Amino acid sequence: MNSNLFMVIAASAIFYGTPLFFAALGELLTERSGVLNLGVEGMMLIGGVTGAWASQHIGGTSWFVVLMSILIGTSAAALVGLLHAFLAITLRVNQTVAGLAITIFAGGLGLSSYFASVWNVAQRPATHPIRFLDVGGLADTPILGPIFFHQNILTYFSWIAVVVASIYLFRTRVGLQLRAVGESPQTADAMGINVVKYRYIHTVIGGALAGVGGVYYSLAIIPTWVDGMTKGAGWIAIALVIFGFWRPDLTLAGAYLFGALQSLSLTLKARNMHINGDLLDALPFIMTIVVLVLLSGGWAKKRLGAPASLGVPYEREER
Amino acid sequence: MSEKIAVRMSGIVKRFPGVIANDGVNFDAREGEVHALLGENGAGKSTLSNILTGLYRPDNGEIELNGESISFSSPRAALNAGIGMVHQHFRLVSSFTVAENVVLGDESTGTFLNAGDVAQKVEELSQRYNLAVDPRARVWQLSVGEQQRVEILKVLYRGARILILDEPTAVLTPQEADALFITLRAMVKEGRTVIFISHKLDEVMAVSDRVTVLRGGRTVGTIETAHSSRRELARLMVGREVVFDRVERKINSSDKETVLRVNAVSALDDRGNKALNDVSLTIKTGEVLGVAGVSGNGQRELAEVIAGMRHASAGTISVNEKEIPNGKVRHAISAGIAHVPEDRLHTGLASSHSIEDNLILKSYRTQPISRYSVLRRKAIQENASQLVEQYDVKTPSTETPVRLLSGGNVQKVLLAREFSANPKVLIAASPTRGLDVGAIENVRSHIVAAADSGVGVLLISEDLEELLSLSDRIVVLYEGRIVGDLPTSSATRESLGLLMGGVALEEHTS
Repeated sequence: MNSNLFMVIAASAIFYGTPLFFAALGELLTERSGVLNLGVEGMMLIGGVTGAWASQHIGGTSWFVVLMSILIGTSAAALVGLLHAFLAITLRVNQTVAGLAITIFAGGLGLSSYFASVWNVAQRPATHPIRFLDVGGLADTPILGPIFFHQNILTYFSWIAVVVASIYLFRTRVGLQLRAVGESPQTADAMGINVVKYRYIHTVIGGALAGVGGVYYSLAIIPTWVDGMTKGAGWIAIALVIFGFWRPDLTLAGAYLFGALQSLSLTLKARNMHINGDLLDALPFIMTIVVLVLLSGGWAKKRLGAPASLGVPYEREER
Repeated sequence: MSEKIAVRMSGIVKRFPGVIANDGVNFDAREGEVHALLGENGAGKSTLSNILTGLYRPDNGEIELNGESISFSSPRAALNAGIGMVHQHFRLVSSFTVAENVVLGDESTGTFLNAGDVAQKVEELSQRYNLAVDPRARVWQLSVGEQQRVEILKVLYRGARILILDEPTAVLTPQEADALFITLRAMVKEGRTVIFISHKLDEVMAVSDRVTVLRGGRTVGTIETAHSSRRELARLMVGREVVFDRVERKINSSDKETVLRVNAVSALDDRGNKALNDVSLTIKTGEVLGVAGVSGNGQRELAEVIAGMRHASAGTISVNEKEIPNGKVRHAISAGIAHVPEDRLHTGLASSHSIEDNLILKSYRTQPISRYSVLRRKAIQENASQLVEQYDVKTPSTETPVRLLSGGNVQKVLLAREFSANPKVLIAASPTRGLDVGAIENVRSHIVAAADSGVGVLLISEDLEELLSLSDRIVVLYEGRIVGDLPTSSATRESLGLLMGGVALEEHTS
C-alpha cells in the first residue's frame, strides 16, 4: 500500500510537473537572453484557450487533432511572446511592467476568458484530450512503468526537451552566444552577435513553451477549459527558473517537486487521508514565496548564475 | 613600416543629440605602424574608433580600407574586414572562461563546441604573442592586466589586421604598460596596424610612429612622433602653450598635529568580499597624503569608509583624535570631513538638480539656509551666486541642472560645496580624472590652497604624476592593504609602479 502510494505520488508529480517544466524552460531560455518575462501566466492561458478551441473545431483522426491543437495553442502563445519581445526589446519598456501588463491583459480576467466566452470553449469538454501513451509496452515495466511510462506524449517530449536544451545552452556555439547576450550584451555586440535577434527569438520561444504548458492544462489535466485554470502556474514557473539555477536539468527536478506538492491534496483526498486541503493547495505557493525570498537579491544574482544583464534593455548608441 | 595605407577615414561627421562628437575628422594609418590618436576627453577619439569598428554609423564621411571604400553596418562586418577593438571598459563575459570569451562570436567553430580544442587553440595563440593567460580560467578570476590580454587575444584570434586600443594603459601599472608596448611592437612587425588611443603624452611619445591629434571633434594634424616633442603635442592637443611645472607647495613641518587617524580599518566591498584589510594611516594638518594603486584595490572603499558611506567591519576613524561613529555620514560631515567622490556626477551631486540645490546639500539644516525646517530660497540663491563667482563656475544661471555643466564646472560646484563647510579633512578621489588641462590646473590649485590653509588632504589618484606633484607622502594600496608608505621625495614612478603591482620594496631591492 505504501509503495503504491509512493508510485501514485511520483507519477502525478511528473504528470503535474510537466506543464510547469515547459513554462519554466521557456522562461529559462528567455531569461538566458537577458529578457525577463513576467507574462508567462497570461501566455499559458492564451495557449490553453486556443488549444482547447482547436481541439473542438478541427476534424480528423484523434492524433491529428491533438497535434494541431498543441501547435495552434503554442503558436498563439508565441504571438503573445512576440508582443512582449516588441515591448521589451524594441520599445525598451520596463520589462517588469510589460510582463505584468501581459499577464493582466491576457490572463484569467482578460483576453483568454474573452476568447473562451466568444468561442463557447467552456461549454464542452475537449473532444480529443491528450491521453496517456504507452511507448512500446514500457508501461508494463514493474515500478518504473506506472511512474514514468503511464504518461502522455508531452511528458515524453519534455524529457527530450531537457536534454536538447542542456546541450544547446552548454555545448553549442549558438548556446554560448545566447548566454553571452544575457550576461553582457555589450560584449556580444562587439563580437558581432546580433543581440536583438537572439533576444527576440528566445522571447518568442519562451512564449511558445508557455503555450505548451497552457495546452497541457486544458487538454491533458482537466481536460476542459476553465477560466484562469492555470491558477498561478506561470508564477511558479518563474520561481522554478531561479530554483533551478537557470539550468534545464535542475529546473525539471524542481518542476517535479512542485508537481508533487500540487497533486498531493488530490491524491490524499482520493485516498481519504484527511489533511487540511486548503493548506495543501497553498503549499506550492508558499514554497514559491520561500524560494523567491531565499534566492532573491544581489547574493543570488552573483552566485546562482542569474544572467548578469537580466531585465536590462540594451541600447547601442549610449550617449 | 611600409608606406601602404591600411585605413583612411575622411570627413567623418557624427552628431549626438546636442553634441557634435566628430566634425570632419581626417585620419589615416599605415600598415605596420603604431598610430596614436591623441586628444583630451571629449575630443572625439572614442567616437571615431566606434565608427571604425562599426558600432556607430557616421552621419557623413568616407572610410577606405586598403584603398577600397567601405561602410560597416555592424561590428561583425568590421571584424570580418579585419578591424578589432580593445575597449577601455573590457567587453568580456566575466562568468565565461578565457577560451569561451576568445571564441565568442566566431562562426567557424562549428555547431558544437569542444572545450578542450578551444582551450588548445587559445593557448597556442597566447604563446605566439607572449600574452600569458590560462585559457581555462574564468575571467572574473583574472587581474585587470590579464583581462586586457584576453581582449587582445580576442581580436587576434579573429584575425584582425588593424587593432584599435582605447586608453589601454589606464588600468595598468607602469610595468604592465611597458610589457604591453612590447607586444604592440611585435604585432606591427608582422605587418599589422595598431591604432593607439590616449591622452597621455609620455605613452604616445614612447610607443607610436605617428600621431594624429584631435581637438573638439576636429583633426588638428598628423605628425611623425620622432620629429615631435611632448611640448608640441601638448600644444596641439590643448590649443595653447602648456607649462609642465610642479605645483608649488609650502614646505610642511612635521610637528603639526594629526587631523585624521585611520586605525586598523577593514571593510567589505559591495559583493561582500574583503576590500580593506587592516588599513592604518594618519594625516597631519596641512598635509597631502597621496594614495596610489591600480583601480579596484580598495581605494573607493577607503574613501567611503572615512566619509561614513560604508560600514567598517573593524577599526576606527578619528578626526582630531576624536572617534567618529562607524558608517554615519552625518557624523562624518559634522566632524569636518569633506568628500569629493570618484563618481562626481552621481555620488557627489544630484545631477538633475540645480546648482543652487546641490550647493546646500550639506548645509540645508542650518541657518540661514533653512529656518524651522523650511528652506529659504533667497538665502539659497545668495549662497549659490556667491560660490559660483568665487569658484568661477561657468554656467548660464544658478538654476541650471549640474548634469548640463562640463566636467570641470561640475567638479568646481562639488569643491565649492565641500570647501564652504570649512572642513578639517578633505578626501579627494580621482579629482581630475576626465577633466581637460585647464580644469585640472584649477582643481589642483584648490586642493593645494586647502592644504596650505591647514586642511588634511587624502588624495586618491591613479595618475602618478599628480600624486608625485601634489602629495607630501604617498601610500600604496594593493589588494586592500597598505604595501608602501614613503615620502614623496623618495618616491619614483618606478618604485610606486612595483608596489602597485604587489612587489614589495625589500623583495625588489634585495
